[in-house]
Formats: sequence, C-alpha cells, structure tokens
Amino acid sequence: MEILNALALFTNFVVVPATAYGAQLALGALGVTLIFGILRFANFAHGELMSFGTMITILVTWFLQNMGVSIAPFPTALLALPIGVLAAISMALVMDRMVFRFYRKQRSNPIVFAIVSVGVMFLIAGIIRIVIGPADQSFADGERFIIGAIDSRRALGLDEGIAIKQSQLITVVVTAIVVAWLFWFLQKTRSGKAMRAYSDDEDLALLSGINPERVVMICWVIAAALAAIAGTLYGLDKTYKPFIFLQILLPIFAATILGGIGQPVGAILGAFIVAFSEVTVTYAFKKFLTYLGPTDWAPDGLVQLLSTDYKFAVSFIILVAVLLIRPTGIIRGKVI
Amino acid sequence: MTKRVALLYGLMCLVLIAIGFLQSWNVAFGIFNLCVISAVMALGVNMQWGYAGLFNVGVMGFTALGGLTAVLVSMPPVGEAWAVAGGDIALSLLSLAATIVAVIYARRFVHPALKLPVTLVLLLAGYFLIGVFFGPATDAIESIDPALSGYLGGAGLPVLVAWPLAGLVAAGGGWLIGRIALGLRADYLAIATLGISEIIIAIIKYEEWLSRGVKNVTGIPRPVPYEVDLIESEWFISLANFFGAAEISDAASLFVKLCYAVLFVIVLAIIMWFAERALKSPWGRMMRAIRDNRDAAAAMGKDVKRRHLQTFVLGCAVCGIAGAMLTTLDGQLTPTSYIPLRYTFLIWVMVILGGSGNNWGSILGGFIIWFLWVEAEPFGNWFMSTITAPLGGGSELAQHLVAGAAYMRYLMMGAILLIVMRFAPKGLIPEATNRSTAMTRSS
Repeated sequence: MEILNALALFTNFVVVPATAYGAQLALGALGVTLIFGILRFANFAHGELMSFGTMITILVTWFLQNMGVSIAPFPTALLALPIGVLAAISMALVMDRMVFRFYRKQRSNPIVFAIVSVGVMFLIAGIIRIVIGPADQSFADGERFIIGAIDSRRALGLDEGIAIKQSQLITVVVTAIVVAWLFWFLQKTRSGKAMRAYSDDEDLALLSGINPERVVMICWVIAAALAAIAGTLYGLDKTYKPFIFLQILLPIFAATILGGIGQPVGAILGAFIVAFSEVTVTYAFKKFLTYLGPTDWAPDGLVQLLSTDYKFAVSFIILVAVLLIRPTGIIRGKVI
Repeated sequence: MTKRVALLYGLMCLVLIAIGFLQSWNVAFGIFNLCVISAVMALGVNMQWGYAGLFNVGVMGFTALGGLTAVLVSMPPVGEAWAVAGGDIALSLLSLAATIVAVIYARRFVHPALKLPVTLVLLLAGYFLIGVFFGPATDAIESIDPALSGYLGGAGLPVLVAWPLAGLVAAGGGWLIGRIALGLRADYLAIATLGISEIIIAIIKYEEWLSRGVKNVTGIPRPVPYEVDLIESEWFISLANFFGAAEISDAASLFVKLCYAVLFVIVLAIIMWFAERALKSPWGRMMRAIRDNRDAAAAMGKDVKRRHLQTFVLGCAVCGIAGAMLTTLDGQLTPTSYIPLRYTFLIWVMVILGGSGNNWGSILGGFIIWFLWVEAEPFGNWFMSTITAPLGGGSELAQHLVAGAAYMRYLMMGAILLIVMRFAPKGLIPEATNRSTAMTRSS
C-alpha cells in the first residue's frame, strides 16, 4: 500500500508533468534538429518563432471567445491553432526569403547564419512585444482537469491521487499525432526522402536532381508548424510569457545535441530525457521517501537535489556531459 | 581609412553635443557614460569574435559576474551574519575543497573503467556533505534582518578595487567554460555560453545569502562625490557660479557624471591601448591566422585550442570589468534587469556594426548602438503617435501601439544587424589588413 502510494505520488508530480513537458520540448527540438540537418545552423530565432505562432493563436482565440465560439470542453485555442501555424509558417518563409536565402547562395559559414538568426530573433521579439506586450497572457479555457486528484484517489483507493490536466493530455495526443505524421512523411513520401537525402549529403542530393530550394522550403514549413504547435501547447499547459521563449531555447538545444544533431528520433529521445531529468532533479522527494521508509519516519530536509530555480542548470549539465562524453549525441548525428 | 575613422567619430561627438544643447548636458553625459561602458563590453566581445572568431553568447553572464564582484568588494560586511554562520560557511568551503581533492585523487589512482562511477559517487557524496553545513548557514544568514541585509555583505573595500578584481573573476568563469566548450564546433560554444550565462544570473537571483537576490543590493559606495555633499561644499558653489550654472543641483549631478566619465574613459583608454598593442603584435597576427585558416595555423605548429582559450578568457575579463563599472555607475545590483537581449545580443550588434576585428570600430559601434537604444524610445513614441494620428487619440489601437513604442528598439536593432550583415558585413570601420599591400607586392 505504502509503495503504491509512493508510486502514485511520483506519477502525479514527476511522470505526468515531465511527459507533457517532454512532448512540448520534443516538438521544438524536432524543428531545431531539422533546421540543423538541412540548413546546417543553430537557429537562435526558433524560440521567438514559437512565441510568434503562439501569439497569433492567442489573438485568434480571444477573437473567437468574443464571438462566443467555443468547442467546450476543449480549449478554444485548438480551433485557433491552425491560424497560428499558418502565421508562423508565413513568418518563417518571409524570413528565409528576405534573410537566409542570400547567405545560402553565398554558402556562408554556419556562424554567419547563427548571427543573422540573432537579427531575426530581435525582429520577431520586437513585433511580439509591440503587438501583445511583454506581460503574461492566459488563454486556456474549457475543462481544466480530466481526472481530478480527489476522483482518482477514490478510484484507486489510495491516499495519493493522480491528477491529469486536460492540457497535458492534449499535449501528448497532439504530439503523438504530429510526430507519427512527421515520421511517415520523412520515411515514405518523395519529399521526405529528398529531405533526408539532402541532409545526408548535399552535393549528392543536388546531383540526383533534388531541388534544394524546395527542400529548404519544406523544412521551414515543418519547423515553423511544429514551433507554433509546441508554443501553444506550452502556453496552454503553463502560461504565455514572451521572455520565457529565450530561456526555453536552452533545453531545446540540449535535447537536440543530446539526441544527435539532425536526427529526429534523437530529438524526441533527447527531449524526454531532458524533461524527465529536469523534473526529477528539482522534485522534493520528502513525501515519497516518507511513504517508503519505516512508519513514523520522515527525512529531515526536502530531499531535493536542486531547487527549481536552477532548472536550466540541468539542461546545461546534460549539454556539458554530452560534449565531454559523446559529442555526436545518443544517435550518432553530424558534427559539422 | 583614418579619415573615415575621424569623420565617423567626429559625427558621433557632434550628435552627443547636439543632445547636450537640445535636451540637456545631464542627458548627454548620462548617455556618454553608458556609451563608454558599452564600448568596453564591445571591445571584450571583439577580442573573442573579431580576433579569434569565437561566438560567445554569454556576455550577460560575465557582465553580471563583474557586477556581483563590485558588490562583494565594496559593500560593508555584515558582522552579525559572519558571526552566526561564518563557521558553517568555512566548513562548507572545506567540504567543497575535500570533494575536489578526493575526485582528482580518485581519478588518478582508480582503474580507468571505474573512473566515471567513482567520480559520480564522490560528487554526490560531496554534494550532500556540503549541504549539511551549507543549508543551515544560508538559513541563518538570510534570517538576519531580511528587510535591510540578510546577506553576508562585502569586503568593505573601495569600489575601484572591484574593477580589476571583476576582470579576474570573469576571467575565471571564462576559463572554466572555455575549457569545456572550446575546441568543439562553434555552435556548441554558443549554446554552452548561453547556458552558463543563464545559470550565473540564476545564482545571483536566488542565492540570497550571497547577493540578496531579487531584493537587490542598493547604495553601493561611490568612487566619486555625492550630490548632496557637493551642493553644500563651498568650493563647488563657487565653481558653479564661475560657470554661471542656473541650478546648483543640476550642476552637481553634471559634475558627478563628469567624474564618472573621466574614470570610465581612463579604463577604456587602458584597455584599448592593450588591445591595439596585442592586435599589432605577432600574437595578434597569429590569432588572425588561426581565425582565417585554423588548419593551416595548426599545421604551422600553433596550439589552436590554447590560443582560443587565451582570447576567450581575455574577452570575458574585459566584459567583467565593464559589468563592475556598470554596477558602480548604477549604485545597485538588480539581478532581474539582466536580460540576454540587452546584455548579450545588443553587444553583438555593436561589434558587428562597428566592424568585427577592428577595435576602433567596436568602440564606435558601442557608442552608436547605445545612443540609438536610448533614443529609440522618444523616436518610437513620436513614430507611433504620428502613424496613429489619423485614428484619433481615443482609439484603443492607437493607445496600444503607443504603449508598445518602447519595443521599437528591438525592431531597430534587428534591422541594423540584418542590414549590416547583408550589405556591409565588414562594418563601419573594416578591419585593417595588409592584404592589399601584399597583393601589389606579389604581382
């Protein structure tokens, strides 16, 4: 009984939130890894692209809420999401046409691309802050919980319940659908195969008659769509703050490098490893150990390895460990 | 070439003088002081990017380390906190040292296959050992008069001592991160430095026993006189009368700004002198050779990784000095004000605009970009109110746009960076190379 209680507690506070967070990171990391693989640079503007897609989704959500449209019990944001995705795609394509294409033609160094992406980051950050302002915005509506803590306690017959928020379930379901589609696309379709070929060997792909501009365009479309979805899910699950999207770059990059650059499977794996380590390391195990230990015994401190304030440190330590132990990542990726 | 430099610097001076006449001299010198600090930071980044091609996006972290050093050196020590927790702090430091020694010792004598697990076990044990002493110590420190102190305080030394020390501290941080991330591909360094800067800010924000965290440290002692003392001292009043100042308090704050300006310009001049000497020396030529063709330089027997580490550490030190100067000027350390767009990426725009690899360019870039960053707000307000004028002042959209006008500066910086990278990638003052003369000689 005690063990089951401990497990339920652990599931409630670690497994469920980390799964949702990992799914959000996975969508972001997939975009970053695709851009790394096809365009061969670290896109610092990816966080702001996520933020931009989310912002448009929020604006459309507010508009729909004012019109009285709702798909209760689901959040209205899901209805608005396609428009946010389209907006992010247009932004990515415009930026590629206006900015990145020039350097691609010149075959510039990856660092030049990275610096230019900082310029794009500034531009998008400015637009976002002018349009929606720097403050927090909440846009989640609909049912909050699928299974509340009390109901699950009763159903399981335990002292500890497992609460699942609707946003967490939606995150996991949407991510599963998107990722399944992405892998089908990359493995089975002509365009997907072209992308993989281009990522593997640019010159060989060009010789085989693959149109590089088309590959790059598809890459931006997918990366931007994933970014908008990831940002919206993150916003639904937590809250939307423009400045958070620069900080979220770090776990996303860590997941990308941990998984192996340019490796979609690796990105997903990396994202879940980063998310689970972050949540586990910052979780206070006091109550968990109280259940497991002898009766009437409790640990003195919180038994928390790191305070939640230092959750970036986890991504950073993972990053450093990968750099030192296996720079190619779990699934051998490129080292450009 | 030199004509162009003189022209651009002259124009910048004219603009600042115009601000002096049009707005006020106080505003002009306020901008000038921050321009000089920005120029120092830009010099630091230029050493890393311009000399060696290292992409460091953790400038904010090293600046903040400098700021923290200023606090730790100059604030008076909190005696009570030391009395209560000094022993525990010493014990935690001892445990830290013991852990490090144990890890180094174990790694030397343990079988290679066991190295990693033994290191991890020792690190974990050390972590908990430190926690035993450290937890109570921080609780005790933070509970002492939390509204006013609640931290250990500093060393109570003059704040000017902190400037070189800040360079040393930032250099130490740079050495640690450089050891890990240099020598791998360039984007890794970028991402690793982005991470370390966030962690440094988190430490300053949340370790209240060290830096008071988000409660901010205010009232850092100044290296220059205070306005309140000035307006009461006789010599200053007669000086103000001699220059015909209308308002004595304005004159006092102008005088303070002038004092800061003199101090900052001296620092800038010293760093600039060293930077130029280094760039023109054989060392500078070697750095450029490594930057332009790493493999060729390595084949010539240059230790690329070591040289990279050297410039990286030097650049971080300069950023740290600038951070200490900034905290001294503000008179306070506010961890929440450190955001990467302002403290990292803005400095990058300065270096790129000025001309990567050229120190004169970096200083100019620092001046121009800081000036635009400050003046973007009034300009943005004017711009937004002009374009929203047809909507009428009452419209909600117009009000919203005017409220967001301050963020025009982000748009402006993005546009400047993209335009410079596209149309003038060498910047306003391009790097001086001997290539043209070399080519004529060979032909």
